[in-house]
Amino acid sequence: MKHKAQNSTVTLLPKCPTGIQGLDEITSGGLPRGRPTLVCGGAGCGKTLLAAEFLVRGAMQFGEPGVFMAFEETEAELKANVASLGFDLAGLIKRKQIVLDYVHLEPGEVQESGEYDLEGLFVRLNCAIDAIGAKRVVMDTLEALFAGLRNEAILRSELRRLFRWLKDKGVTAVITAERGREQLTRHGLEEYVSDCVILLDHRVNDQIATRHLRVVKYRGTLHGTNEFPFLIGDEGLSVLPITSLGLNHKVSTERIATGIPRLDAMLGGQGFFRGSSILITGTAGTGKTIISCNFAQAAARRRERVLYFSFEESPNQIIRNMHSIGLRLEPLVKQGLIRFHSARPSLYGLEMHLATMFKEIAAFQPDVVIVDPITSLMDLGTSSEGKGMVTRLIDYLKAGQVTSLFTSLTQGGHALQQSEGGMSSLMDSWLLLQDFEGNGERNRVLYVLKARGMKHSNQIREFLISDHGIDVVDAYIGPSGVLTGSARAAQNALEQAAVRTSQQEAARRKREIERKRAAIERQIRGLRSDYEAEAVELRRIDEQVGTSTLMLNTERAESGRLRQADAKEAAGPRSRSRNGSNGNANL
Amino acid sequence: MKPKKVKPRAAASRRGPAKLWQLRLYVMDETPKSQTAFANLKQICESHLKGRYRIKVIDLLQHPQLAKGDQILAIPTVVRRLPNPVRTIIGNLSDTARVLVGLDLRLAD
Repeated sequence: MKHKAQNSTVTLLPKCPTGIQGLDEITSGGLPRGRPTLVCGGAGCGKTLLAAEFLVRGAMQFGEPGVFMAFEETEAELKANVASLGFDLAGLIKRKQIVLDYVHLEPGEVQESGEYDLEGLFVRLNCAIDAIGAKRVVMDTLEALFAGLRNEAILRSELRRLFRWLKDKGVTAVITAERGREQLTRHGLEEYVSDCVILLDHRVNDQIATRHLRVVKYRGTLHGTNEFPFLIGDEGLSVLPITSLGLNHKVSTERIATGIPRLDAMLGGQGFFRGSSILITGTAGTGKTIISCNFAQAAARRRERVLYFSFEESPNQIIRNMHSIGLRLEPLVKQGLIRFHSARPSLYGLEMHLATMFKEIAAFQPDVVIVDPITSLMDLGTSSEGKGMVTRLIDYLKAGQVTSLFTSLTQGGHALQQSEGGMSSLMDSWLLLQDFEGNGERNRVLYVLKARGMKHSNQIREFLISDHGIDVVDAYIGPSGVLTGSARAAQNALEQAAVRTSQQEAARRKREIERKRAAIERQIRGLRSDYEAEAVELRRIDEQVGTSTLMLNTERAESGRLRQADAKEAAGPRSRSRNGSNGNANL
Repeated sequence: MKPKKVKPRAAASRRGPAKLWQLRLYVMDETPKSQTAFANLKQICESHLKGRYRIKVIDLLQHPQLAKGDQILAIPTVVRRLPNPVRTIIGNLSDTARVLVGLDLRLAD
């Protein structure tokens, strides 16, 4: 009995692991070792299977042989029932790891006369335990005794003795009991088994049945108190605790491309973080699947393994449809890099889907998981169940550093306000796809609503789906709003025309100026020639003045010579004119 | 099956057409309780089945593995092996009337 000492100085209650998926997490280690545990629930809740799995796993995984004392099912029936979970009970019995004892007790068949005790039961149990050195005991269900035996007073005292005896024997026991109306069990067995009580329940919600498990009581230990959905699959029970994984997964700084270069650019140029959770929301026909498939193809081309859960289309249909936009998924599927898993959401309940997904993920070991769309699954349960399921899935994937991409179909209206409110907090990145209607056409736009831990574009981009895949282009955003499609093209043309016009205008103005300049140039040239002309004129005048002075002097000398007497009289005005001409010459 | 005590058939004279009754009494140890049961059984048989019965007493303390065969839960238990069908009575057999009903001896009366 030194099972788990844990890292505490106080000796904790020793636990006996059940090996049942999830149950050991809820009970932090398993059932109380060496003590009886009561498992109660209505008909068809899986009490017997839980008990049987506890025993079988004990024998197979923990090397603890066990005794199954069946009051309701015969050995053959039990073997067949357990075989449906993939357990080879017959083999375990043959190898002396399990003893099966069927206690036949038909109501009314036994006559009671006087006092008795249940020593026979003790003897049988003891005999079986000692035969294989059993550590675990299952009694399914002890309440059959109440139907078979009339003297309840004896029965109760014997039951009390039985549980004490089981404790003394040091075996970990699981006692099953039918759910009572007012109390946990029909015959109040919880009175005797007070260490650990587990309640199973099977409820139908919206025509979908879900099993729940709750640890009602567990003395001396911490345990999950919630109701946990569980299911019975072909590998036994699995309880799906939301809280089983904490928020302490490793994170990667590696970035992975989306397969759409322009989208990568919007995400800080490198795409998403590895191991992050991505949500793509959009109304019908906005291209969620296409982006998902692009992502899948890009991952597979990097030799990563992609598991694609499709809840809307069959694998072949997806492959065919993607072919039309130039995505060739088929070879990648053939290479085993992409694996599709399609199922109708209504095929079974939420938990079953989740368990199936877990199983697929465990088997395929993908690097990328795509769920398309997650909303079909979430519609199956209540919103809290759906959210719980996504939480579990994301936690599970993150723990394994698996990148997860979920698409979410929103019903009309504004995509943001819809049910993702709850889901968005779980997502690291969120792409929003939207339709823009106008000008008699519908166009798709895309934007990054959030991308934790990376610089991302705040722009709305239009994305086009062509034969060659997805093309993300800038949407025109102007005073008249966001323009997409032909409106964007028209706007483009408009802008180009405007550019052309302004170019022409500039050229025209340039020509004008040139012309002006040429005119001025011409003017300058004219002025210069005028100037030249003036200079010539000036020179000519100078020459003229020179010659006239000369002539005058000559004339005077001549006339002096002719009229010698008048020389004084003519001297005045002639000297004046000589002075004037002298001044001119000096200029 | 090793019987601990065997009651030999007493006075075979009155057997007549009736078959031999084979009874098993399962007890645990030789306690006063077991002895009471045996005494009660023997007394009833003597008065109703004189000479036509056999009682095999099985002590489960010594042969615990025998408990499974006759689906023994309670102690003491009387199992009527013969005549068919098998009948089971549990308790110290202090209530004679119930024992007689259990053994189908009411009709024989």
